Amino acid sequence: MVLSSTPVVRLSGVSKTYGSTKALTEVDFSCFSGEVHAILGENGAGKSTLIKLIAGVVQPTEGKITVNGKELVLKNPSIATSHGLVCMFQELSLVPDLSVRENIMLGAPGTGFGWLNSKVVPQAESILEQIDGAHIRMSMRVADLTLAERQQVEIAKALTRNPKLLILDESTSALNSSVVEKVFKLIRKQRELGVGVLFISHRFHEIEALADRISIFRNGQYVETFDNGAFDYGYIISRMVGQRIDDIFPPKKVFNTEAEEVLKLDSYSWKGGFNNVSITLRQGQITGFGGLDGQGQNEVLLGLFGLLKNTAGEIQIAGHSVKITHPKQAKAPDLGIALVPEDRKTEGLVLEQSIARNLELSALGTKGVNALDPTIYQTFLEALELKCNSLDQPVSQLSGGNQQKVALAKWLALNPRCLLLADPTRGIDVKTKTQIYALLRRLADSGIAVLLLSTDFEELIHLCDDAHIFYDGEIVSHLKGSELTAENIIAASLNIQTGGEVHG
Amino acid sequence: MNNFKRLIPDIDVLVPYIGTLLLIITGSVIYPQILGVDYLAQQLQIAAFLGLLALGATIVILLGHIDLSIAWVLTGSAIISTALVGTGDPILSMLSIPIALIFGAGIGIINGLGVAVLRIPSMVWTLSVNSMLLGISVVLTGGFNPKGEASDIMVALATSQISGLPLAFIIWMLVTAALVLLLKKTSFGRYLSSVGYNEKATLLSGVSTPSVIIAAFSIAGICSAMGGVLLAGYANQAYQSMGDPFLLPTIAAVVIGGTSILGGRGSIAGTVGGVLFITLLNSILSVMQISDAWRSIIFGLIIITMLLFQSLRKKRT
Amino acid sequence: MGDIWRSNQREVIAVIVLAILLTLYFSTHPSGPTTYVMTIWANQCLILGLAAIAQFFAVIVRGIDLSVGAVMALTNCIASYLIIGTGLEVAGGILVVLAVGITCGLINGMLVVFGRIQPIVATLATGSLFLGIALLLRPTPGGSIDYDISDVMTLDIFGIPTTLIFALGIITFFWLPLRKTGLGTGLYAVGSSEQAAYQSGISVEKVRLASFALGGFFAALAGLFFSFVTTTGDAGIGPNFTLNSIAAVVLGGVLLRGGIGTLTGALAGAFILKTISSLMFFSGLPPLAQPLLEGLILAGAIAIGGADVLRVKNRLEVFGK
Repeated sequence: MVLSSTPVVRLSGVSKTYGSTKALTEVDFSCFSGEVHAILGENGAGKSTLIKLIAGVVQPTEGKITVNGKELVLKNPSIATSHGLVCMFQELSLVPDLSVRENIMLGAPGTGFGWLNSKVVPQAESILEQIDGAHIRMSMRVADLTLAERQQVEIAKALTRNPKLLILDESTSALNSSVVEKVFKLIRKQRELGVGVLFISHRFHEIEALADRISIFRNGQYVETFDNGAFDYGYIISRMVGQRIDDIFPPKKVFNTEAEEVLKLDSYSWKGGFNNVSITLRQGQITGFGGLDGQGQNEVLLGLFGLLKNTAGEIQIAGHSVKITHPKQAKAPDLGIALVPEDRKTEGLVLEQSIARNLELSALGTKGVNALDPTIYQTFLEALELKCNSLDQPVSQLSGGNQQKVALAKWLALNPRCLLLADPTRGIDVKTKTQIYALLRRLADSGIAVLLLSTDFEELIHLCDDAHIFYDGEIVSHLKGSELTAENIIAASLNIQTGGEVHG
Repeated sequence: MNNFKRLIPDIDVLVPYIGTLLLIITGSVIYPQILGVDYLAQQLQIAAFLGLLALGATIVILLGHIDLSIAWVLTGSAIISTALVGTGDPILSMLSIPIALIFGAGIGIINGLGVAVLRIPSMVWTLSVNSMLLGISVVLTGGFNPKGEASDIMVALATSQISGLPLAFIIWMLVTAALVLLLKKTSFGRYLSSVGYNEKATLLSGVSTPSVIIAAFSIAGICSAMGGVLLAGYANQAYQSMGDPFLLPTIAAVVIGGTSILGGRGSIAGTVGGVLFITLLNSILSVMQISDAWRSIIFGLIIITMLLFQSLRKKRT
Repeated sequence: MGDIWRSNQREVIAVIVLAILLTLYFSTHPSGPTTYVMTIWANQCLILGLAAIAQFFAVIVRGIDLSVGAVMALTNCIASYLIIGTGLEVAGGILVVLAVGITCGLINGMLVVFGRIQPIVATLATGSLFLGIALLLRPTPGGSIDYDISDVMTLDIFGIPTTLIFALGIITFFWLPLRKTGLGTGLYAVGSSEQAAYQSGISVEKVRLASFALGGFFAALAGLFFSFVTTTGDAGIGPNFTLNSIAAVVLGGVLLRGGIGTLTGALAGAFILKTISSLMFFSGLPPLAQPLLEGLILAGAIAIGGADVLRVKNRLEVFGK
């Protein structure tokens, strides 16, 4: 691959500090036109800060940014966009209460307060068509779209801005693999046209498929850049983490099928969400919920935590039939259910409050637990190696991975019988993932039943003892032991029948 | 280090107290009688009425909501208590204060139900509860000042002194202490600010958030009713719209005291300072015999200044 | 078609309710729908309608304006000095009044944007300031407004009330075009998700300032029409208008959390509120019961709007997206 001589964007000696924390330290980094440049690093490595700097969301404390050879001050996203630096943010830049059409026109270059530019709409429609988004009508409200559909719209919106540098920050995380492949096709086309692409993803196979070059960041510092394929996963991960991680997943044990039943669902149903869900969960078992996004898996977890009204079917906890009507009831020791919800920022944690306050919130008002005793959280915080200055630090100051550790520890202190997890490792760095996996296995060994919803089939394969694959609100496949293969999971997710025990 | 830090109150809490001191000092240069014990004791007595209302408002604002029914809960409880005394029946007369407080709690529960169960924005729901209370009062009293009088107890609570301190002030301080304990020492206190910051995450932590909301609004209702009973004792009567002038100063006192109108962050101690500041400011402006127009202008400017001071200081750090 | 209904159902319902109320009003009114009756009705409605539009511009960007009434009082008092004399003087007076309104709105906006004070508290304080200035100008009601311009603005053209034409003009020539501009869309973007708006390249600060300035402009227009109707200046008119403007936007389907609702809805909400009081006035109900009934209707309407949540089957849905 031949690189053009001037980079689209070059950072020289760039540092960024927030208060007393250094997010980036003296970074020198360039991205050229016509290349797909992947950025790898753990959470807290400085990837999102790097992107925010280039997208004009934040400004560097030190150093300079050069765009196409010209030194620029990117005061706000609108200026960055006008120089062709277009970003698809992880926290999407779509306005929920506006229609798709309005979102596409919003802030298009040269709009200002004047007339909206409707020329970009047909362009966006044609892009949506190419990435399986033809069903998304321009008049739909963004709030009514699924996360995957929103990511499709976000992609279309970004491409209509005539980018010279396209930044993708986890922008395909909710899309299924066939759509991702189509998006990649578009991105490659952009690359042919001379557009530079900065690509951030936690999915290694995506990076392998798409990237030309890879840069690694660690602890706010630039580490190195190399061509894709030059090194193997093991090396890359060790450079990201700064140490070698041999096994991401803990070894599986032989699962005792005679262990005591913890949770049993019989024809558990909720109109409009899921239907006829029957599963059995035993002590020490890690059971996965798989399938494409939004097939009713998450709703089952919500129902078990007492958040749904009018569910049908039977729930048995430790052999007793129960009705769960409120989270307060669910967390009480006689049921002992804990839910780590999908979105840690808005559901799992009160970001503005301190770590200690967040840890105590679930434990308060639970019988037999002294919420104010810090030692009940300590073992879990240590097992997860929570990094913080003190427990009085607001959770908002922690990195995503550390936040998730708090969201997990606050429930473990209740010593639950059954732990429900909704995609606990989404957008989380490898090291934290490894710590979470190890802890989950240890918890299972101590007799807790774990129900793990995951969109990452690696987790289902390597961590779970068995997995239920959802499609359209029903379990279409129950995969056990050696049936847990990528092929079987993908086939079941798309409801194509192959191996495994097929339902219905 | 941490323990040491905790001993120094947050500067947000200190601001209104510093403001109050500045008011007394500058005021006394022009009017030396401001430093007199009688004058200051009288200010504490007057501050108690606003103070009780502001305590309740703080609880609701910490929750991330607002109670705009303060004015007519106050008026309603004043009307109820004086009307019961006015019947001449000794038993009803004795029950007048408890019944007025129950009325306050009841309206608080209605407020809380609308907000917590029907999910109506508190600003709209409490406003319409307020207008219904006004409507009921107009129907019952014919739009005239209601007949009735304050009982001896009510008058004593509002106007008597114990060793130089106004009894009303002591009551205010007792309620303050009770609420501080409630916030610091109970789960309810924890839940209150968690709901204020993020209700969804609090519910998902297994907290019955509707109960928290309803309890908070009923505490606010009781506080407003206490204010009404004391004010009726002070004036020895109830009258239409006696609560109207209190609504905005109440909110101003809470906010000047450093409580965020968005919920979550704030303190009772700050509110007490805010109440002292506003009471004294009003009093000094009226001692200076300034016209309503200038009072309103100065009031607005000073509040803007204090709010700007608070928010710009935060922006810097 | 389904999408359009979903996005606009609140306004459509408000307009339908208004139509029913109107039919009821004109059919029960002793003199029927004469031009005179229509004009009186439309004048009252438009004043609150303009106040509601002022409130709308604060609410749509996730704010609230407690100074709407005070700006009306201030502009009304200024009008009672300036809108008199030759045609040129009257025109100049109107411009000054509107400029004062915009200035008040900008002051609010700057306190919110640069002072970082929450709108509810900022406007609480500026409301006191504006009211004070109004009281300085008119300690007691007085002054007068040019009769000719008042007549032109408050009577009718070919039997249609001028104020009604004015209201339709605002919708057709101001609101509908605004909705197709970056500013109009930006208002919704800022109110719906400030972060998304910013990342999409919207200048959040400018949009907020513009929104508050527009709010001030419409509060001044409300004060102006109040002056045309009463032809006098009075600093005491504020409090009712502030609270009613909030009630009106809510009835008109504007969500206080920002980002949802339209100017048309706010206007319809105000018309509904005023029509209800007019209806009561002629309905023969005991006058003493009217405040209670008005309160009950308002609370009932709001509670019915809220009753949707009782049907929600997932507890998390009540928190919105």
